Amino acid sequence: MKGIIGKKVGMTSYFDETGKSISCTLIEAGPCVVTQIKTNDIDGYSAVQLGFDTKKDKNTSKPLQKHFAKAGTPAKRKVLEFRDFGLEKALGDTISVDIFSEGDKVNIVGVSKGKGFQGVVKRHGFHGVGGQTHGQHDRNRAPGSLGGSSYPSRVFKGLRMAGRDGGKTVKIRNISVLKIFADKNLMVVNGCVPGPKGSYVVIKNDN
Amino acid sequence: MDAIKFFHQEVTQKKDYPAFRAGDNVTVNYKILEGTKERIQAYRGEVIQRKGQGATQTFTVRKISNGVGVERVFPLFSPSIDSIDINKHGKVRRARIYYIRDLKGKKARIKEKRMPTATAEVADKG
Repeated sequence: MKGIIGKKVGMTSYFDETGKSISCTLIEAGPCVVTQIKTNDIDGYSAVQLGFDTKKDKNTSKPLQKHFAKAGTPAKRKVLEFRDFGLEKALGDTISVDIFSEGDKVNIVGVSKGKGFQGVVKRHGFHGVGGQTHGQHDRNRAPGSLGGSSYPSRVFKGLRMAGRDGGKTVKIRNISVLKIFADKNLMVVNGCVPGPKGSYVVIKNDN
Repeated sequence: MDAIKFFHQEVTQKKDYPAFRAGDNVTVNYKILEGTKERIQAYRGEVIQRKGQGATQTFTVRKISNGVGVERVFPLFSPSIDSIDINKHGKVRRARIYYIRDLKGKKARIKEKRMPTATAEVADKG
């Protein structure tokens, strides 16, 4: 499963060869550095640890500084592991966006935008209670009954209610890669990607 | 932001349209696909607004068709636009002339801005 860490730049659109307007997301993907290689013999599983987005040494703890020094790279802000990477890479190798090519289908993982405390209509797609007429009021976005008074006389576990919404890890599957600009470390994918601009996203093909 | 600008430069074809702004009377020659045949339809009206930046700019053209106001939004870099002709430069004070929607008849006219012609400029200098 090859993959790369990136940063969401933003969305825009363009016209393709057939004249259709295509909405797309720009991702600054890589370059990532291999900061550790985990093997079956030592770690019990095979994986590659990638680092992305350089940060200053003074903002890095001593143990981490040494960890990055082993790979011979400046400290990285985002460090993630990719199981069974597939590509032969050595410690300190750079991985850039050209491991993917135009037309590839990829999965993209990001943390969705936080929405704060939301009601059930926004959070779970409830439709509110009843209508606006027949003397009803104040019930347009209400969750309705929770648990009956005689039976079950309690609220079932896991009942969907209001609460914190968004800010969850979301994976979007089968996004097609429209364009790749390897010299700019830029990847353009079709449609949207979870998270605000500037947030980290993981691009991988683990179908 | 720079990455988006770069991307726009990469994917948009350069178009040579004359400069126009809100209040101008333009004819947009728009390509329409009928089955397999392509023909060009002219849409003439006043530009109400220009919106957006980079490759995703749009402009809105309003006309009165059979007594009904019609507004159409064109993406500036749409490959379906064959050409844009300017018929008149309008004299308006704002960039978005939404107020024209509420006006009827003689009030809805836009004063024409007379551009100094090339010969007039030469005469001034001489």
